[in-house]
Amino acid sequence: MIRSRTARAAVGFVSSLATIGFVSGASLAQDLKIGVASEATSIDPHFHNVGPNNAIRRHIFESLLASDSDQKPTPGLAISWKTLDETTWEFKLRPGVKFSNGADFTARDVIYTMCRIPTVENSPALFTSATKGIAAITAPDPLTLIIKTSTPYPLLPLDMAVPGILSASFHGAGPDLAFKQGGCPGLGTPPKSVDFNNPANVVGTGPYKLGEYTRGTRILLERKDDYWGTKPHWKTVSFRPLTAAGPRVAALLAGDVDMIENPPIQDFDRVKQAGLTIVQGLSNRIIYVHLDQFTGPDWKTPGVKGTDKNPFLDKRVRLAFSKAINRDAIVERIMGGVAVAAGDLLPVPLFGTSKDLKPEKYDPDGAKKLLAEAGYPNGFELVLGSPNDRYINDEKVAQAVAQMLTRIGIKTSVDSMTASTFFTRRNKFEFSAYLAGWGADTGELSNSLVALVATFDPQTGFGGTNRGRYSNKAMDEVVRKALATIDDKAREALLQQAARMVQEDVGIIPLHFEVTPWAFRKGLGYVPRVDQYTLAFEVKPTP
Amino acid sequence: MLVYLIRRLGQALIVVAVMATIVFLSIYAAGNPVDILANPNADPKELAEVAARLGLDRPLWEQFGLFVWNALHGDLGRSFVYNESALKLIAQRMPATLELALVALVFSILIGIPLGVYAGLRPDSLAGRSIMSGSILGFSLPNFWIGLMLILLFAVELRWLPSGGRGTTVDVLGVPVSFLTADGLRHLLLPAFTLALYKAALVIRLARAGTREAVMQDYVRFARAKGLSPSRIVLVHILKNIMIPIVTVLGLELGSMIAFAVVTETVFAYPGMGKLLIDSIGRLDRPIIVAYLMLVVVLFVVINFIVDLIYAALDPRVRLSDARS
Repeated sequence: MIRSRTARAAVGFVSSLATIGFVSGASLAQDLKIGVASEATSIDPHFHNVGPNNAIRRHIFESLLASDSDQKPTPGLAISWKTLDETTWEFKLRPGVKFSNGADFTARDVIYTMCRIPTVENSPALFTSATKGIAAITAPDPLTLIIKTSTPYPLLPLDMAVPGILSASFHGAGPDLAFKQGGCPGLGTPPKSVDFNNPANVVGTGPYKLGEYTRGTRILLERKDDYWGTKPHWKTVSFRPLTAAGPRVAALLAGDVDMIENPPIQDFDRVKQAGLTIVQGLSNRIIYVHLDQFTGPDWKTPGVKGTDKNPFLDKRVRLAFSKAINRDAIVERIMGGVAVAAGDLLPVPLFGTSKDLKPEKYDPDGAKKLLAEAGYPNGFELVLGSPNDRYINDEKVAQAVAQMLTRIGIKTSVDSMTASTFFTRRNKFEFSAYLAGWGADTGELSNSLVALVATFDPQTGFGGTNRGRYSNKAMDEVVRKALATIDDKAREALLQQAARMVQEDVGIIPLHFEVTPWAFRKGLGYVPRVDQYTLAFEVKPTP
Repeated sequence: MLVYLIRRLGQALIVVAVMATIVFLSIYAAGNPVDILANPNADPKELAEVAARLGLDRPLWEQFGLFVWNALHGDLGRSFVYNESALKLIAQRMPATLELALVALVFSILIGIPLGVYAGLRPDSLAGRSIMSGSILGFSLPNFWIGLMLILLFAVELRWLPSGGRGTTVDVLGVPVSFLTADGLRHLLLPAFTLALYKAALVIRLARAGTREAVMQDYVRFARAKGLSPSRIVLVHILKNIMIPIVTVLGLELGSMIAFAVVTETVFAYPGMGKLLIDSIGRLDRPIIVAYLMLVVVLFVVINFIVDLIYAALDPRVRLSDARS
């Protein structure tokens, strides 16, 4: 809370009072300094499955599949992959790839990595989601990998884009190494997370190797000159954690760093006036409002007053809610144009999205009519929960939504709090309406559907973030079917169908997709990534 | 003196024990770390595993008992986020913060005492009045604002100094320090000055009040009558006598500078303990928060001890009265 307040105040001052001098691009041509908004917490590629760690990981350790800026899977350490039957996948591995210690990359390294992932100690978020569906892995030859899954599992290639590959020989795997769920023979003593703090123990196939890791100060990467792919332009790259937005912008303006993540919208003009470049691109994160649709016995909707029923069980009320929101106004006035109004759960062109799922039109009169039809001519009272330091301008968006709802008769007040408190309370179902965001890290609609709108079921993990407990059994079935359909075309059609069912039901209220900005000095170029990663090897000098 | 010290030690231990309980219980109420740290895609089984790995699945009394037991053995827990000992992580950041606080302390003394004594000797002069009104600014301007203005002026506008971060370090007895390198000093200058400004204003006020009082005293008049040079009167007789309140206040303020340089460290992205604390609060990294607050408690207790000792050294009456009691 202190941080966000300071940061916001800082931002305000930077934007209102700064007079910015001439900015020269006079840093070393081969050296790139990046100010990042949050620091990777470990160099161990399998310690914490979280954005900043995964971004750093991609510089040092590669995975079987990579993904382009639109999050489409592309060949990485695997050059091709296909299904042999419903539950068997064959990956052809890239020949001639070497680890930074000179060892050849082979199928054994992949097996070793999949074996090591579950052994990481004290991890707050393991990478086992990528390995739990695997029944067996075999390697008929060093460059062919056969993966068997227990059930038909179309998402396997996407999962293989997540964990970075370690070197089996460097970490001391035995000759009898083989994959087995619950513990692999021949694994030896897998490395501990802290071992990776020492650059000598960081051995990957990526374009960079670790030069120095000083927590809180910087991560220094050095270019690997015998990298198999396109050699990146920058000989050295340093990532400096600048978590508060004001200092981050100041560091860029002062020329201390060449590039920063997430410049605050309020500072865009100032940054541009200083002759710096801002690029922005759609992200895979949607900002939405979930409404309490729980039908269990004795459930009292917290924060709802003026009615003794749960109004959100009526589809007309949900539709009125959605029609009451002027998404274009939110995008224009609160997000400064740096967002895109949402109708679907992911933006086009990501997998499973449909071009014809348009945002609900702003129609306050229609909304009032619907409310009256549903039996609430005088509306009711509502508390809208929201974090205030998690998403771009989250609290302001919540305030705007509350005002718009109040206009149609749903007298709404906002209860906003720091993210750590908010998520704990939300997970205890303390809000009948809450604003939050969801980033689909696989870049496929299946991820959003399963997490946000599938029926909440602690047993299967479906609907894990569906804390409004919207439930549509028919839609669940479609999603389940999609998750077992290997054929991409058929799967995409099923996902589109499920998304349409959710929209018809108004199961969730999509607000907008966040847009991720980057700012950098003149002479650089960066193609915005949907996954929001800042990848130094994709930063190119421009003539 | 010994009895006094033993009594103080007993009080200190009680303070530490009470603080441990309050800190642990309040952080427990602040939110569930699993909700923040775990991958949002994790299913309930995985969430339960995360809770088990972090020891969060046990009942509160068991977690607290374990914490106390480990704390008595010198272990304040392991960071959820960094998977390393919380004490070690804080210790890694401590040199940076100590360095910042000590440089700031030197700044505040170098700025505060000369200006304060001058204003005390010539209270009605224009310079004396300007110093006093200037010190009001030091009190009233918020820390982060001063920091930002300094960044805008010296880093963005003039480009003389870096906008933040810590400079090159050299190891002295295994401790990385940056004040011995030119680059390190350049990085220290702005944050230390920002941190020092408020304390300097405080010192100016104390020094002025002390000086005004001292010049009226008989011993100063006597010294003047004896024909001692004005510089000797000020530097030896007055300065020594006004130092007691200044040392007291600076001692306590040093503690708060070390413990709560949070805002300055955030504005300057300075990798000290305060920055670690703020980041840890955002991530609900309980072991670090608890360990940090416990260290702060111990720090204040120790500083108060040292201040007591310096009193005794500066003022023989303290020694005598304690010996009698």
